[in-house]
Amino acid sequence: MANDAPFKHNSKMMNRLDLTTRLVGKLKNDEAVIGGIGNSNFDLWNAGPRAQNFYMLGSMGLAAPIAFGVALAQPQRRVFALEGDGSLLMQLGCLATIANVAPKNLTIIVWDNAMYQITGSQKTASAGKADFVEIARGAGLAQSAWANDEADFERLIDATLAGDGPWFIAARIDGSTPKGQTPREPVAIKDNFMRGIAIKPA
Amino acid sequence: MDPTVDNAATWPDAIYVHFRRARIRQVGYVPDAGHSRLIQRCIDDPDIADVVLTTEEEGVGLVAGATLGGQRAALLMQSSGVGNCINMFSLIKNCGFPCLVLVTMRGEFGEFNPAQVPMGSITEESFRLCGFLTYRIENPDDVDEVVGAACDMAFDGNVPIAVLLSQRLIGRKVWSK
Repeated sequence: MANDAPFKHNSKMMNRLDLTTRLVGKLKNDEAVIGGIGNSNFDLWNAGPRAQNFYMLGSMGLAAPIAFGVALAQPQRRVFALEGDGSLLMQLGCLATIANVAPKNLTIIVWDNAMYQITGSQKTASAGKADFVEIARGAGLAQSAWANDEADFERLIDATLAGDGPWFIAARIDGSTPKGQTPREPVAIKDNFMRGIAIKPA
Repeated sequence: MDPTVDNAATWPDAIYVHFRRARIRQVGYVPDAGHSRLIQRCIDDPDIADVVLTTEEEGVGLVAGATLGGQRAALLMQSSGVGNCINMFSLIKNCGFPCLVLVTMRGEFGEFNPAQVPMGSITEESFRLCGFLTYRIENPDDVDEVVGAACDMAFDGNVPIAVLLSQRLIGRKVWSK
């Protein structure tokens, strides 16, 4: 029942793991990636563990604020937040916060399958009226776009790796279930990330 | 700034001095009149990223991100905002992040607004349930020593700690009705 309401745009329905893998494949300079709660985080793990990934457990909605803090602390490093639609809907205000500070090195990506997939596929507000790119633009993130298809997603990621942000990318995704889950080891996840970006000695 | 708030009190400057000493580089806040002087000090400091938040919850993520990125951060909020943060504090506890929160208290000494009382009266206990140490300040002369100790414990001791700036300290008479 993903996206069974008429959509506000013509984006192709894609796959979260495929797009996450395409993103990670483009990261050649130890870019940081913050994976939001649940399937965003699990498919970041399934795309291949990286030392520069932070897999957020709990605190639903905070992937973008965490990525924002990392981006301010590490202005020379590009930082990506991966959020689900339900998570981002919980913290829409952070888009306005981030837009006003406007870190040039931050990209927020929302995987929109229009459902709370992990709890039984109940519909989110984006199954109905809400459009994330309209919301992001309204919050002040002028460089916001739906990825129309996989090639367009890659084009948008290339743009975020080449120019000045902040950027916001929304991708319409299917209801595929992640094949594996991130180990629930929050202290190890934190320590690995801080070593991965050389904040802690290896 | 709210003209009814007493911005002449200088104890917030002692907090700012400790922010500098502790090398705090990010300060997130939902504005509160009792924090207005300190907020302005942070805004005026080019070495501090001052981030006005839409909700205190975002600030918990900001602190985590700052730490992950190798910087120190502090949060400023009023007691009502502490209630907004409670689930997000699980991130601090689970990952073992340092966290320094300075809270201007409402709903206690001489409060005129009944809406502030339910959250203000459980703020300190809520912090403790979330795994924070709490220090409470009643007297302006104690601000320097207590905030200094809190900064050291947060960042050297790597613990979450909340400093409660009591309504008596802030001055109950100054609130506009």
